[in-house]
Formats: sequence, C-alpha cells, structure tokens
Amino acid sequence: MVTNVTSFGRSGLSDWVVQRVSAVILALYTLFLVFWFAQHPQVQYEQWSELFKCTSMRIFSLLALFSLIAHAWVGVWTITTDYLTPLSLGKYATAVRFLVQCACTIALFVYLVWGIDILWGN
Amino acid sequence: MLTVSIYRYNPETDAEPYMQDVQLDTGGKDLMVLDVLELLKAKDETIAYRRSCREGVCGSDGMNMNGKNGLACITPLSETVKNNKLVLRPLPGLPVVRDLVVDMAIFYKQYEKVKPYLLNDSPAPAIERLQTPEEREKLDGLYECILCACCSTACPSFWWNPDKFIGPSGLLQAYRFLADSRDTATQERLAELDDPFSVFRCRGIMNCVAVCPKGLNPTRAIGHIREMLLHRGT
Repeated sequence: MVTNVTSFGRSGLSDWVVQRVSAVILALYTLFLVFWFAQHPQVQYEQWSELFKCTSMRIFSLLALFSLIAHAWVGVWTITTDYLTPLSLGKYATAVRFLVQCACTIALFVYLVWGIDILWGN
Repeated sequence: MLTVSIYRYNPETDAEPYMQDVQLDTGGKDLMVLDVLELLKAKDETIAYRRSCREGVCGSDGMNMNGKNGLACITPLSETVKNNKLVLRPLPGLPVVRDLVVDMAIFYKQYEKVKPYLLNDSPAPAIERLQTPEEREKLDGLYECILCACCSTACPSFWWNPDKFIGPSGLLQAYRFLADSRDTATQERLAELDDPFSVFRCRGIMNCVAVCPKGLNPTRAIGHIREMLLHRGT
C-alpha cells in the first residue's frame, strides 16, 4: 500500500471512478452544447440567457463544473506525480511537486467558486 | 555484414556509457540475437550480458533490441534487424550494472510486494488442495510468466514510479494469486492494492502486451484486478 495525501480521493479506486464518471458527464455536456449550437446557428444573448435561466440547465452546468474540477485534479495530480519526481528533479522534487499541486488546487478552487457565482449569482 | 551497435558501460573504467559499433559476418544465417552476442563475446570477452537456458525459459537475457524489449535467445535477426543494423541496449529504466546487465532489485521488490505465494489459513488436507479443471483454467495465461522484466521495463508508468507502481509483471502475478481458488487472502491482497499507485498507475497503453516474449496479457490481468477492486469498493 502506497499512501498519498494529495490525491483527490486518497484511494486509487476512488480517483479512477471519479475520473471515468466525470468524463462521461463532461462528454454528455459537450454533446448537449454542440447539439444546442447546431439548433441555434445565429445565437443571440437572449437565447443564451434564456437557456441558462432554466434551473435544469444550471444544475447540469454545475454538475459539469464539478466534474471538470474533479477530473482536472485527478489528471494534474497524476501528471505531477509522474513527471515531478526525484528521477527528474532530484532533491527538490517534493517541494516543487507540492507547490505545483497547491497552485493547481487553488486555481481549481477559484474556478469552482467563480463558476458557481456565474451560474447562481445575481 | 551486420552492424551491431552495442551499449557499453563499465563503471570502473568509463565515465559514461557509449555505443560501440561492431561489424559481424553472420554467414547469411538467420541467427538468434543471443548467438550474435556469443559471436561478439568470442571476439571481445569484456562484453557483459546475462544468459542461461538459451531457449526462452529462464528469462535471463531480456534486453532492448532495435528499440523493442525481448529475449535475445528467441528473437531471430529476421524479426528485429532493419537496414542491416542491430542496436542492443539494456532494459530501459533500470540502473545499469555493466553493458547489458541491469540491476533488477526494484523489479523483484515489486514482485515481493504482491506476496507471490499461496496464502491459505485453513488446515492443510492430507494430500493436496484440489481444484476443478475450471478453477485451474483461470490460472492459464498467468502462471507462465518467467519474470524476464521485458514488460515492466517497457512501461512508462514503471519508468516514472518504479518504487510505487507494481508494474505489469508484478500485477500479472498479483492476479494469478487473486484468481487462485486455493488462496484465502483475496480481501487482504485487494486492500494492499487500493491506492493511487500500485495498480491505478496503469494507463492501459499495452506496451507490456506488445513485448511479452511468452505472449501473456498483463493489461487484461490489471483490468481484472480493477474489476475486483470495484466490486469490493462499491
């Protein structure tokens, strides 16, 4: 058992499930938007605003936002633990990896709150 | 004439590794790569490599031939040589002891982690623990691994995290014991594997399947382990 406190769910299985479920949600959201833009070739502010006034669309968007954040966290964490290791960076690896992970986590948190504010704010 | 470019490194005399080009007359025969190495060693006895059975059973002569891992003793030149050139390097990702000889300690450490032996807490029967033919069949494609390390050293996830990711070879053996009807430690074994590195570093690129000289499929075994973890964890 290899322990790690910076991974998304602290468990390989949990991260693996989150990565796959979030990918499906993001794919569905993307397909929906592509379909919607195909239906509205000359999209105007009113139509776009009308779409996001609908509560179900806002819930779907929030779900996609949560999925994006979780998906990005698992992905970035994996990349940092693959490439920012003592094999490539020597004795500074842990410090660099931890700082990059912290920076990415803070950025993801900002995007999450910002996204919620856009969707549900006044 | 065949040009053999061979990785040379003797830590006692060389500051760094280098490639040595040697011309060799194979007499037009489709030799095995190991035969080529034997001919080279007859010319220059300082060339170091591991070998033993010379028939793909012991797994000693795993090496990188023209960019692909395999066993030198069962790889004919016709299968690997392009433009009359054979490039021989040690297995990638492991520390080089000398020339084509690598230090496999970390590979064996990962193998040791999966407890590659039967664990059974029930009293031993008088003669043997029996299996049905169906139960025995589940071990086919798993028990044949000869631990040559061709698969694990072809795996980028193992290159980046050789101390944390068990690697395709170790995971094939992990599943060999998870699938064994005579083993009673399935839950304990699974609990040891449910972390972000041991199993889940596998990204399914299947380099292991492409290079296995025994034609085994570690990616499928890893998929089975994931399924077992999923059943246990959800």
